[in-house]
Amino acid sequence: MQNKTTVRGGRFMVQATSPADVFIPEEFNEEQRMIAQTCQDFLDAEVFPRLDDIDHQEEGLMAGLLTKAGELGLLGISVDEEYMGFGQSVITGMLASEVLGSAHSFAVAFSCHTGIGTLPIAYYGNEKQKAKYLTKLATGEWKGAYCLTEPGAGSDANSGKTQAVLSEDGQHYILNGQKMWITNAGFADVLTVFAKIDNDRVLSAFILERNFPGITFNPEENKMGIKGSSTRQIFFNDVRVPVENLLAGRGQGFRIALSILHMGRLKLGANVVGAAKRAINHSVQYANDRKQFGEKISSFGSIQHKLAEQVIKTFATESAVYRASYDVDLLAQEYKTVCTTENPTITAYAHMAIESAVLKVFGSEALGYVVDEAVQIHGGMGFSSEMPVERCYRDSRINRIFEGTNEINRILVIDTLLKRGQKKDIDLYEKAEAAYGSLTQLAAHPVLPEAYYDRKTLFIGHLKELALSLIHATTQKFQRNLIFEQEILNNLSDIIMNIYTSESTLLRVQKIESMRGESASAVYRNILDVTLYEATGEILRSAMDAINSFAAGEEREALVKGVNYWTVSDIVNVKEARRRIAMPLIEENRYTL
Amino acid sequence: MKILVCLGNVPDTTTKIKFSGEGTKLDKTGVQWIINPWDELALTRAIELKESGQVPVEVISVLTVGGTDAEPTIRKALAIGADSGYRVDADPADSYQVAFQISEIARQEQFDLILCGIESSDYNGAATGSMLAEILDYPSLSAVSGIHPVNGHLEYTRDIDGGRETVTLDLPAVLIVQKGIAKEPRIPAMRGIMMARQKPLTVKEPGPSAGYTEMISFELPAPKPSCRKIDPDNVRELVNLLQNEAKVL
Repeated sequence: MQNKTTVRGGRFMVQATSPADVFIPEEFNEEQRMIAQTCQDFLDAEVFPRLDDIDHQEEGLMAGLLTKAGELGLLGISVDEEYMGFGQSVITGMLASEVLGSAHSFAVAFSCHTGIGTLPIAYYGNEKQKAKYLTKLATGEWKGAYCLTEPGAGSDANSGKTQAVLSEDGQHYILNGQKMWITNAGFADVLTVFAKIDNDRVLSAFILERNFPGITFNPEENKMGIKGSSTRQIFFNDVRVPVENLLAGRGQGFRIALSILHMGRLKLGANVVGAAKRAINHSVQYANDRKQFGEKISSFGSIQHKLAEQVIKTFATESAVYRASYDVDLLAQEYKTVCTTENPTITAYAHMAIESAVLKVFGSEALGYVVDEAVQIHGGMGFSSEMPVERCYRDSRINRIFEGTNEINRILVIDTLLKRGQKKDIDLYEKAEAAYGSLTQLAAHPVLPEAYYDRKTLFIGHLKELALSLIHATTQKFQRNLIFEQEILNNLSDIIMNIYTSESTLLRVQKIESMRGESASAVYRNILDVTLYEATGEILRSAMDAINSFAAGEEREALVKGVNYWTVSDIVNVKEARRRIAMPLIEENRYTL
Repeated sequence: MKILVCLGNVPDTTTKIKFSGEGTKLDKTGVQWIINPWDELALTRAIELKESGQVPVEVISVLTVGGTDAEPTIRKALAIGADSGYRVDADPADSYQVAFQISEIARQEQFDLILCGIESSDYNGAATGSMLAEILDYPSLSAVSGIHPVNGHLEYTRDIDGGRETVTLDLPAVLIVQKGIAKEPRIPAMRGIMMARQKPLTVKEPGPSAGYTEMISFELPAPKPSCRKIDPDNVRELVNLLQNEAKVL
């Protein structure tokens, strides 16, 4: 990995990025592609033929599949080599997550095990804890689960009531309480459980083994989707946890929980890309098979529109996922070599909290669109459980809920950005004030450069100026009370999300063209044209929603002028562009970008 | 025992075939390349033999005739469990040219057992293995469906009309294997993938043969006509169509 300018989470809002500074999926090396192929081969051989059995929760099947994945080494991709893992980069782990993300309930079990089930110990465990637990989690001998949510503590995770009290002899913590929505609970051998010691204000984390006396499990939950994923309530009744199983010290639980969630959100972005590609393949294959009025329905403009939109949203998510993942790798490497930090990778993930939350929300909603239209393309058959898109549709819904709801994550995007600005990690407020100040000096129309990419880069820059001017206006107006204006915060987050994902698309397309030449990149320019066209439209609406919610008089006039100036974009024949995007998909009968 | 497994680098079976140069060349743009499925099973069986310890297998090598774009195929074989790889740096032109190039390496490296898939899934020539044996003047056995270690040596089974025959061969020999030689191809594990980069992959200059075949043109098969349903009561129409349109009666 080559060195580049230091990246910092959220910095994309205040400075331009060069295509040379981003990683794009077209740059994966042969070894990474082989790992991805191994994941795909595993799914084809072991998982996809058993989807119905998995959804029926056939006894031992899911745990057995995880064991087989462990035998292939897939559970240890992100674990250090000294603990039986393979010490691969974040970006390689994300590639595996993308491929395995297409595997419905198995994807959830895999993500839970390798992410929240393993990484708290990998990142925060001491040597003894890692030697005892991490090695077995990395190989799949033991399965992992993560117990944070409680009936009264969902998004407000720190309000959990599970309690730990030190035993009289000081050898054990006695745990009492209840956890719910625990993925892999039916078979997990190792549980990372969050609880408050005595009357602490914050959580601590403990490593529990399934067979510790006092742990009981409710039956499986009946769920709308991911029916094959084991989800149960767990009760802790005077469970004696050895003191050496306290993870990272007293009161560190909330920090662990948040850090692990940053990682999980980025990973969810990768997961949904895989799930979306699978749903797109189902869509186009049906559209190419199904005939109405004597024609394949894939020849109809309405269907091509849907197929193209599925591709565009997936492509944008994918571009942003690998851009952010590469930045995590770069940051981790920097922390390893330059700074001293306890855990470079988790510090790097925390730094990319804004981008991770963006990808969680944008990716899960992109998948929501893809599966919805996948059902629609199938017509009546899409509503039948005989067709695979029915499962895609049901299984996708949870992505907008877990790893922090999209509502929480939308607030996180803007809140974290503002905090980074306050801490001077990024010069947000200076840039925001300057953007706001420039409102009075804006011409009626911007002068646009001739060159294609110069123009697109300018448009992205303009959208950032618009966002910054709104940040200044809203923070000035509401000061500390801005946090209570959730609707406006959502507007700002939607603008930021569209900026990050459309800029990632621009940088990727530009880089692809520099690698392959203009003639081989025509379809990518179509994707960029439509992505930016749509993002600009959505940003315009979000901006107006926000402005109309707080501004009046001269300020409103000035801000609206800014909206008009900064949302000028290319005139795009989106009908033709979408048709051209759909065409290779229809010809190849599968997603090949 | 030194085993050589010959690998064809072929388009994935789901590839949408396109031609370039006015139908004279296969358009390789966007093609995903895989190990020829028959060869992959041969490799799997070779690895099983080595792992079984029932016959002493010193090394398993794989060989492909092809350009640098064939190297991922070789490295996948190394990740699955082959010990070393060879790439003869030439575009595969026809069965004879490929057999000739393999024979050069086989002579140099003195392999005891050479495994070839019975055909390749791209051109389905089903000739390379036999030609290789002829060029090397080695005994060969075609359509082998089983390789069995028995008391430290190998026996081979072939499916024949109405049954199965078991034979032995003097080594060195060429075995031309068909599906059934191994149950399922192996999926490269992470450890294998990591180790593959440390295993030797030797690039060899091609020997003096360009093959005997000239490719004149390619064309795609005519698209299948759409299915037509005939009323069960209208047998006359069915006979008419089978006789005059399908011309099968």
